[in-house]
Amino acid sequence: MRKRITIDPITRLEGHGKIEIFLDDRGDVEKVYFQVPELRGFEIFSVGRPAEEMPRITPKICGVCPTTHHICSTKALDDLFKVEPPPAAKKLRELMYSAFMLEDHTLHFFFLGGPDFVVGPSAPPAERNILGVIAKVGLEIAGKVIKLRKECRDVITLFGGRVIHPVCGLPGGISKPLTEDNRLKIVEVAKGGVEFAQFALKIFEDVVLKNKDYVDLVVGDVYKHATYYMGMVDKNNKVNFYDGDIRIVTPEGKEFTRFKPGEYLDHIGERVESWSYVKFPYLKKVGWKGFVDGVDSGVYRVAPLARLNVSDGMATPLAQAEYERMYETLGGKPVHNTLAFHWARLIEALYAAERMLELAQDKEITDPHVRNIPTATPNEGIGIVEAPRGTLIHHYKTDKNGIITEANLIVATVNNAAAICMSIEKAAKSLIREGNVSDGLLNMVEMAFRAYDPCFACATHSMPGKIPLSINIRNRQGEITQTIERD
Amino acid sequence: MAKPKVAFYWCASCGGCEEAVVDLAENILKVVEAVEIVLWPVAMDFKIKDVEALQDKEIAVSFINGAIRTSEQEHVAKLLRKKSGLVVAFGACAHLGGIPGLANFSNRAKIFDYVYHRSPSVDNPDRITPQEKTIVKEGELTLPEFYNTVHTLDQVIDVDYYLPGCAPPPDLIMNAVEAILTGNLPEKGSVLSPDKSLCDTCKRKITKPEKSVIKEIKRVHEVMLDPDRCFLDQGIICLGPATRDGCGERCINANMPCRGCFGPTSRVDDQGAKFLSALASIIDADTDDEIRKITDSIADPAGIFYFYSLPSSMLKRKFDK
Repeated sequence: MRKRITIDPITRLEGHGKIEIFLDDRGDVEKVYFQVPELRGFEIFSVGRPAEEMPRITPKICGVCPTTHHICSTKALDDLFKVEPPPAAKKLRELMYSAFMLEDHTLHFFFLGGPDFVVGPSAPPAERNILGVIAKVGLEIAGKVIKLRKECRDVITLFGGRVIHPVCGLPGGISKPLTEDNRLKIVEVAKGGVEFAQFALKIFEDVVLKNKDYVDLVVGDVYKHATYYMGMVDKNNKVNFYDGDIRIVTPEGKEFTRFKPGEYLDHIGERVESWSYVKFPYLKKVGWKGFVDGVDSGVYRVAPLARLNVSDGMATPLAQAEYERMYETLGGKPVHNTLAFHWARLIEALYAAERMLELAQDKEITDPHVRNIPTATPNEGIGIVEAPRGTLIHHYKTDKNGIITEANLIVATVNNAAAICMSIEKAAKSLIREGNVSDGLLNMVEMAFRAYDPCFACATHSMPGKIPLSINIRNRQGEITQTIERD
Repeated sequence: MAKPKVAFYWCASCGGCEEAVVDLAENILKVVEAVEIVLWPVAMDFKIKDVEALQDKEIAVSFINGAIRTSEQEHVAKLLRKKSGLVVAFGACAHLGGIPGLANFSNRAKIFDYVYHRSPSVDNPDRITPQEKTIVKEGELTLPEFYNTVHTLDQVIDVDYYLPGCAPPPDLIMNAVEAILTGNLPEKGSVLSPDKSLCDTCKRKITKPEKSVIKEIKRVHEVMLDPDRCFLDQGIICLGPATRDGCGERCINANMPCRGCFGPTSRVDDQGAKFLSALASIIDADTDDEIRKITDSIADPAGIFYFYSLPSSMLKRKFDK
């Protein structure tokens, strides 16, 4: 009898992601669908709005990563109004952005992704959360995490006025300069950040790398996909979050292409499926072959591991040493193991902290000249940044008065949409055989999903806790024959 | 005594209201100690069946954020209303419709057509559009209905109190929680923030124009912004006169004008209309031509005056043929 399994990750009806697993007559997995049941339509309601308001509109896509949308939108406005920000303004934006990346990445490790490892993938679900992490690593460390979060968010507030939806970005600069007093404060936060990121990597080493079971899980086949990778690099092909070219490497790790943000439409297409509100991007020059990996499939991946795979290294010394260590340990580039996203994320957190410190120590950053007023007639602008969860693209067209006539947004997690479907299907196939659903399925599927730090409808990740899961196994009549829940 | 049960829920929102709760920092531990959280999907396991199994009004208070955009959001909002003694509309989207409410200038057909057919990165030769029901060879897949119009929370259920802001600031959240825990509540329907205008406490108030001074409206990117002078006096649209106080002038502190996320005071029904009236009183023009010239210089007045409040306004949405 054919069965059907529904996993609703958020368990609530509207959810931000729903998984449907169909079994064949033998009870093996036939097909998995990952559905995103939500849409808000920012592309359309941006039309008619003044372009300079876009950095205040688009952060509402995601209250967890509003700084990303704010900065990306502001960069699109630079391009739209053909205005170059003064050097201090560029550095301030990148400084604010580095504080954000440090906060977001570190928090993910401790609150969300980390519990799988720190507490253990086979630990009782009730312990696999932030409280379990605290029990394992101690209350003092939890206090440090909370302190770093607050300090980084206070840095963002200094510029943005507010950390949930900052407002300081303007075409050609930002709305106010940095005072020397505040610069000194940021230096201290950044120093603490460097220490903390190193400390997080130490925990990763002690807990994961010194445990053979975990290493086997990371390098094993269940979580492996040989795909293309995409990410932003600077002129030396080092990882950059704020500015640079987009580089794509093949599943063999060779450079496939390298392009300017303005050329993204030559490289990225988006497929539509009738069963999801999210679109599925792919590489146009390879072609869409469906939800499969390999060199002939246009499916690509973004976010921390992808960025490390496309780059030749990190631009700061401590992060570079960690970068080399990761590839040495995992057998060279590229790394296709999805769980290595967690390691890459911590290496990026260290880079963000080091970069934050470099920028805060740059005396030019307190230059009061932080704006150039645009004079050109606006027409079209594209901005790209690397969000914590991958490459983010804002593309606007306007009339001559700077009123938006068209807006196209490719949001970070969406780039990974096809790969996430594949990762879930692969985990399900290895854990469901002849109708027997392993109790470990929920954990294992959840880990496949969580490694991407998915941000469907920009809200399902982060925060203390976990993504609750339940599976209903239904017979052909749609009656539930078995329910498995993770408390 | 049993701890009061509390629920947090999100509808069409961004997660910023959840972050605002986490930003309570050490205070969140006090809250967690005083209440029993029965539902908070972002942070805790959530079983809709458990909520369905509760007695009516068993939840002391539900904090619901986000606008109502889909059939499922409306369904859960109604369920929580039935099970809760109090419902608080949490944040600008639940309160006013918020930024997602700007979609009421458009409609579902236009959104679907652009997102799935016309967007420049879309590759959709078969012109597929997401469907509420799709038959795949393995079976049927479903999606919730995407409504044509964005609604505020109080347009689908009865709301007891409103916590304003995008997102609400931590001090107002704590005040509201304390008021609820101690039963020290204002009149039903109140917005839990000071009932005066933002201008009343703004540090730039001293330079706010009292009479007709504006000869030209400028846009934020066109001029250097004076960090001390009233934005309206600089000819920059700032929604302060039509907006409720309580945010701590967060945007003004970043040297950017207010866009009205707290909504209006209790004496105002329509935030956009109130701002129009405030603006009219400071425009310096004698002839119709002069007036037209100045008003023509306002970019997207409907969008800016109703930046956060279109679904809650008297207009509600653009006329949809």
